[in-house]
Amino acid sequence: MTNPAAIGQPLDRVDGPLKVTGRATYAAEHAFDQPPLIGWMVEATIPAGRIKRLDTGAAEASPGVAAVLTHHNAPAQTPFGEPDDKGRFTQSRAMLFDEHIRYHGFPVALVIADTLANARHAGALIEISYEPDEEAVTTAGEEADEVPGELDGGMEPDLFKGDFEHAYDDAEVTLDVTYTTPNQAAAAMEPHATIADFDGDQLVVYMSVQLIGPSVKALANTLKIDPDKVRVLSPYIGGGFGSKLGVHNEAILACLGALHLGRPVKVVQHRRHVFHNAPHRGNSVQRIQLGASRDGKLQAIGHESFMPMARGYEFAEPTGASARTTYRTDAIKSTHRVKSTDMPLADSCRAPGHAIGSLAFESAIDEMAYQCGQDPLAFRLGNMPDRDPGTGQPFASHDLAECLREGAEKFGWPSREPQPGSRSQGRQLIGYGVASTIRLNILVPSKTRIRLSADGTLTAWADMTDIGTGTYTILTQIAAETMGLSADRIKIELGDSRYPSSSGSGGSFGAASSGSALLNACENMRTRLLESAREQGLIGDEPADDARFENGQLILGDKTLSFTEVLNKSGAAYLETDGEVEPGDDHDNYSQHSYGAQFAEVHVDRDTGEVRVQRLLGVFSAGRILNPKTARSQLLGGMVWGLSYALLEELMLDERYGAFMNRDLAEYHLPVNRDMPTIDIHFREHPDPRSNPLGSKGIGELSICGAGAAVANAVYHATGVRVRDFPITLDKILRHLPE
Amino acid sequence: MAVLYINGKQVTLDDDPRTTLLDTLRERPGLTGTKKGCDHGQCGACTLLLDGRRVNSCLILAIQCEGSEVTTIEGLSQSQGEQLHPMQQAFVKYDGFQCGYCTPGQICSAVGMLEEVGNGEPSDVTGRGEVTLSRVEIQERMSGNLCRCGAYANIVDAILDTANEHSRKTGGPAT
Ligand code: FES
Ligand code: FES
Repeated sequence: MTNPAAIGQPLDRVDGPLKVTGRATYAAEHAFDQPPLIGWMVEATIPAGRIKRLDTGAAEASPGVAAVLTHHNAPAQTPFGEPDDKGRFTQSRAMLFDEHIRYHGFPVALVIADTLANARHAGALIEISYEPDEEAVTTAGEEADEVPGELDGGMEPDLFKGDFEHAYDDAEVTLDVTYTTPNQAAAAMEPHATIADFDGDQLVVYMSVQLIGPSVKALANTLKIDPDKVRVLSPYIGGGFGSKLGVHNEAILACLGALHLGRPVKVVQHRRHVFHNAPHRGNSVQRIQLGASRDGKLQAIGHESFMPMARGYEFAEPTGASARTTYRTDAIKSTHRVKSTDMPLADSCRAPGHAIGSLAFESAIDEMAYQCGQDPLAFRLGNMPDRDPGTGQPFASHDLAECLREGAEKFGWPSREPQPGSRSQGRQLIGYGVASTIRLNILVPSKTRIRLSADGTLTAWADMTDIGTGTYTILTQIAAETMGLSADRIKIELGDSRYPSSSGSGGSFGAASSGSALLNACENMRTRLLESAREQGLIGDEPADDARFENGQLILGDKTLSFTEVLNKSGAAYLETDGEVEPGDDHDNYSQHSYGAQFAEVHVDRDTGEVRVQRLLGVFSAGRILNPKTARSQLLGGMVWGLSYALLEELMLDERYGAFMNRDLAEYHLPVNRDMPTIDIHFREHPDPRSNPLGSKGIGELSICGAGAAVANAVYHATGVRVRDFPITLDKILRHLPE
Repeated sequence: MAVLYINGKQVTLDDDPRTTLLDTLRERPGLTGTKKGCDHGQCGACTLLLDGRRVNSCLILAIQCEGSEVTTIEGLSQSQGEQLHPMQQAFVKYDGFQCGYCTPGQICSAVGMLEEVGNGEPSDVTGRGEVTLSRVEIQERMSGNLCRCGAYANIVDAILDTANEHSRKTGGPAT
């Protein structure tokens, strides 16, 4: 009988009971013997410049206040951004360091009091005046002309293949369009939160963070403490989506408070803080030029990306990724330019590059299909690559065409009227859209340790995180299958910097990386068990490959031994083994991606321009599916994000201050339950052995790449109106609709 | 000073009168299940049952709740003798969450919502009177609870299943 906890089974989340009863402890919820003091962040109200005068007298005298930290009295720190050659996850995040303001919302004081109400009240009593920098840069657009050092994920900023100018000029059909995407917030439901505790020697930090190891380094570096004295814990995380990859502002502030007072200090960002004090995705301008033959063969693909980069904080989004990786062509020109701004930090947000790159690029591809007089699906299928278009590398596997065909059939694509704006039902215009989906598949070094105890239970440790992705669950399954144990015999311990160093969560690499390390540890455990049984004379010398591990037992030849028997006989209370994984040659030599095809049906109201998505359907190819239930949830979430990027989300910029105006969850539009269409998700399951020892591929960011473009293309098909400025709000459609 | 009944236990509060019901709970060990997502009544993460009706606990001061019964997510399972409440079970079964942060609010909201439906309270989908619990009816009535992980479809599945299960057991309508 199959182990119900085996890989590929739809095991319920093992942390589910904790989460549905409110007993999973998120960062702000850890209990201490002495209740933590509460810190309230006070934010700068200018984009750049310096603090001229800061009067904290009234705040300090306010009831319940234990301390007011400013640059006058905060503990010593390494200057912001140093060292500047080790990447943004470990460089100093100093704040309350000097009178210098880096962006609107940058912390200028931390009020620490016995209660939130007292801290917040005292915060309002602080008097500050500023000397603003008149040269502050508070907008970014196509004037961006700086070349970033490298793009997130390691791509080169510029890629030229073939002779783009010639290929484009000679093409029979050409398209030259500019798309824009707005500033966007990750808006995880749990605001960034930290409790820091310092006992005079050790700094213990509970925070909501996706990558634990780099956070220890960042805190140690910023606060000038030995990294061995810093412990970071993050067992449950209320959503990250890239915005919690590294250390963010409240963590530094909580640590400064704890160091200053020698007491636990809790700082939870208010939702309004989060929009400036946690990173966001910068706005993009994407100029796309396409050239094709009259029969629809792509000959030239040009993509120029322009985005902001926060001054002193090196992060450039690889927006051209979709243009470089999706279709066959003779020539590619892909460039990325950034503009240094005095604005809140732009950083990773779910699927950096592909998410907003696909929004623009898959829309432009759609435009080109119509220009060539072709069905958008047929046009895509007619331009499938046989190797990576950008790098020229062979594909580890590639079934984008199959995803498109299978999806089209399931969706009922053939029933589509070719002519845009030709189908309606009452006052509703009906449209179908399609987009290709593609996302990098990455493996990063990861380690783990496991212990098999004499009572037959297994514990695994890694500084890995579960941000809602299902890590606890799929790791349980990997151990259950490999060791032949039931789920209730397995304990997965994550989110503590004392555990072995893992990949952490991000870039869709978590399951593959931490899972492969665990697989390796379990394989080593099987070997140890066999050796031990042999040493005790419990088994003969049958080949190890014949051994089976089932129901907590080792079965070899005619012998069936429980793990407990083997351990008891050897006198060991437990056995421990380590496991690890490193990306090998297959990641250097092959182009590795997950794929999918997404389809959307929208209804557009002829009188109001309101768009309602009726159906989304996706067919995805992400190697071996470790747990179809949690995998489906990941894809579901990404499709919701795609819909949202197409129609709803936009941080509105006040250009005078480089500040976002809609810093709350009512004005920053997220989709609600009623906005949900019917969502249909299918897997094409083909384990990819070149990906990692599990054969799985990244899934957490896959569906956000393409869902939005499918919706946008459906809006065009419904109305004949092509909106190139995301999100597609009704005002942008309405003025072009026929009377 | 206010006396409240939190999950059946009498609690005397002498907190600062500016303190919301949400902050009052979250600063007490064992009651951090109620989440704060926005503190503005915009996300629903703080939803709990106040005298049986769902409310955003960030929008009400603790002292306003004098004499009231507060049921939090912790109380829902306690009321079942530490077993999971059927709604909690269904959320696990249908994977009605990912990160779990909106989840206590979603579950409390769903329990309160089914009560409202049972009482024939109107919504944008159905006017006053008998309510048929369709997907869109649930979607409409649950739209005050944001889920950034996008678990909405699974949340609706979980609620439908709980309601159907309940009506099978009681022979009453699916509410
Ligand atoms: S925290 Fe109360 S509605 Fe968001
Ligand atoms: S489960 Fe993460 S916000 Fe709903």
